[in-house]
Amino acid sequence: MNWETVIGLEVHVQLSTRSKLFSGTATQFGAEPNTQASIYDLALPGTLPVMNREALRMAVRFGLAIDAEIGRKSVFDRKNYFYPDLPKGYQVSQLHHPTVGRGSLTITLEDGSERVIGVTRAHMEEDAGKSLHEDFHGMTGIDLNRAGTPLLEIVSEPELRNAKEAVAYLKKLHSIIRYLDISDGNMAQGSMRCDANVSIRRQGDPELGTRTEIKNINSFRFVEKAINYEVMRQREILEDGGRIIQETRLYDSDRDETRSMRSKEVANDYRYFPEPDLLPVVIDDAYIEAVRAELPELPDQKRERFVADFGLSPYDAGVLVSSREMAEYFEQVVAICGDAKLSANWVTVELLGLLNRNNWEFVDSPISARRLGDLIARIKDNTISGKIAKTVFEAMIEDQAEVDAIIEKQGLKQVTDSGEIEQLIDAVIAGNPDQVQQFRDGKEAVFGYLVGQAMRLSRGKANPAQVNQILRDKLK
Amino acid sequence: MALEKSEVTKIAQLARLHVDDGEAEEVARRISDILELINKMQAVDTANIEPLSHPLDAVQRLRPDQVTETDRRDELQKIAPAVEAGLYLVPKVIE
Repeated sequence: MNWETVIGLEVHVQLSTRSKLFSGTATQFGAEPNTQASIYDLALPGTLPVMNREALRMAVRFGLAIDAEIGRKSVFDRKNYFYPDLPKGYQVSQLHHPTVGRGSLTITLEDGSERVIGVTRAHMEEDAGKSLHEDFHGMTGIDLNRAGTPLLEIVSEPELRNAKEAVAYLKKLHSIIRYLDISDGNMAQGSMRCDANVSIRRQGDPELGTRTEIKNINSFRFVEKAINYEVMRQREILEDGGRIIQETRLYDSDRDETRSMRSKEVANDYRYFPEPDLLPVVIDDAYIEAVRAELPELPDQKRERFVADFGLSPYDAGVLVSSREMAEYFEQVVAICGDAKLSANWVTVELLGLLNRNNWEFVDSPISARRLGDLIARIKDNTISGKIAKTVFEAMIEDQAEVDAIIEKQGLKQVTDSGEIEQLIDAVIAGNPDQVQQFRDGKEAVFGYLVGQAMRLSRGKANPAQVNQILRDKLK
Repeated sequence: MALEKSEVTKIAQLARLHVDDGEAEEVARRISDILELINKMQAVDTANIEPLSHPLDAVQRLRPDQVTETDRRDELQKIAPAVEAGLYLVPKVIE
């Protein structure tokens, strides 16, 4: 039996404003409980919301970045439900008139092919607080610091066909919000949270299957694992002749499984109605054009430019632009050394490897873009070979000195003096009479061995091109 | 359109309102009257009228993104029934 998977993602992005969506309370992460929960966020009687201008601008920025329709008139609604971390008894959200309407983004799959994924909408809403269920004498602790923080909920069309596409979509979204600088996108800290709607159907079936919603998946890896688990679970049920129940499920990363979250709850009925405390938010074309004019270069545009201007492969360019920090680092390196291809290799292989091994971000890199640029410049001008450069690179991790100083200090400068190289080669020829004879008898393969011997004798420092040339001349 | 007693019970539960069984009948009748009024209003031809989400003909005023509130936790927690370690305590929420 062939099954088709249908996935839609709802992604909550915490907007990085200084103050909350409807109050002037601070939004810093990690503050002491309830020190960022003012009378507004606690919903004390008589308090009224006043909307944050910057949050609106960030939402519009996002909308423009995904080519979406921008709501000229957005309306806030109350979504009513009762939970202790929601003091007002309703969440202010947008139901019928969101700030960002239909748009799309392009994802790149592992084989390099691309797909356009529709974004249904992105609406603005306020976050809830946090419930701490550790035991407080049989009670629950509530921290309302997060209550009222601005969120953008980005809803995709159910167009993703497997877990890998879902991850690619999420990563693309992450990259866009980082380029736009509207959120730090930190999944571990909850500034980007993902819910996945998953259903399966028999191949060719026009009807969508019953879906389940997996809540609050907090890493890219878990998104993939949670979806794969859920698809497998649904398939087993359906193949055994069972039925899928529409429900909310929670992904447990320790056990790598999803499990039902609320079973006894009555079907959600949020009784939405327009928020009477807020007037419609109206924006005009001039506003939209002003926001558009401030848009930075986005990942897709940057990738095209890297391919066109630097001659990079679309794959390498795609890797480099996937993170804004990496793209900026790369551009600084190129600006210094002037060789884009070498820079791309060093950034995506050596540097990225170093950062990943140590769990470092680009800001933590012990090797600055300027020093890496200097290092590559020394390969370009033949001061050192590419191989020796790796030795210098290793030394640069511990030593903050300038590249030239490190090369000098470690005596790694390439030998380009032909007299010196000739001496080396004479020694190799004298020391390997058998191989020299074999070469002269026509065994070309021995040549590489002799070059290797000369390089070893120079401890890697001899210029390989010169070694080749001089050795060949001498063996004639 | 008349509302059933059972629907009143469900709405009351969603809104966390206590409606006595004896009251439910009367509440159902009163809400039904309101729905009746809405039905009458639905009959009015509104083809050429802009939908209205707010009775005031005005738009939302926006404020600059500035922190204007200070930490008043101690003061605010004085009026809470139970607090500990900076948290507001509520009856246990069971999932």
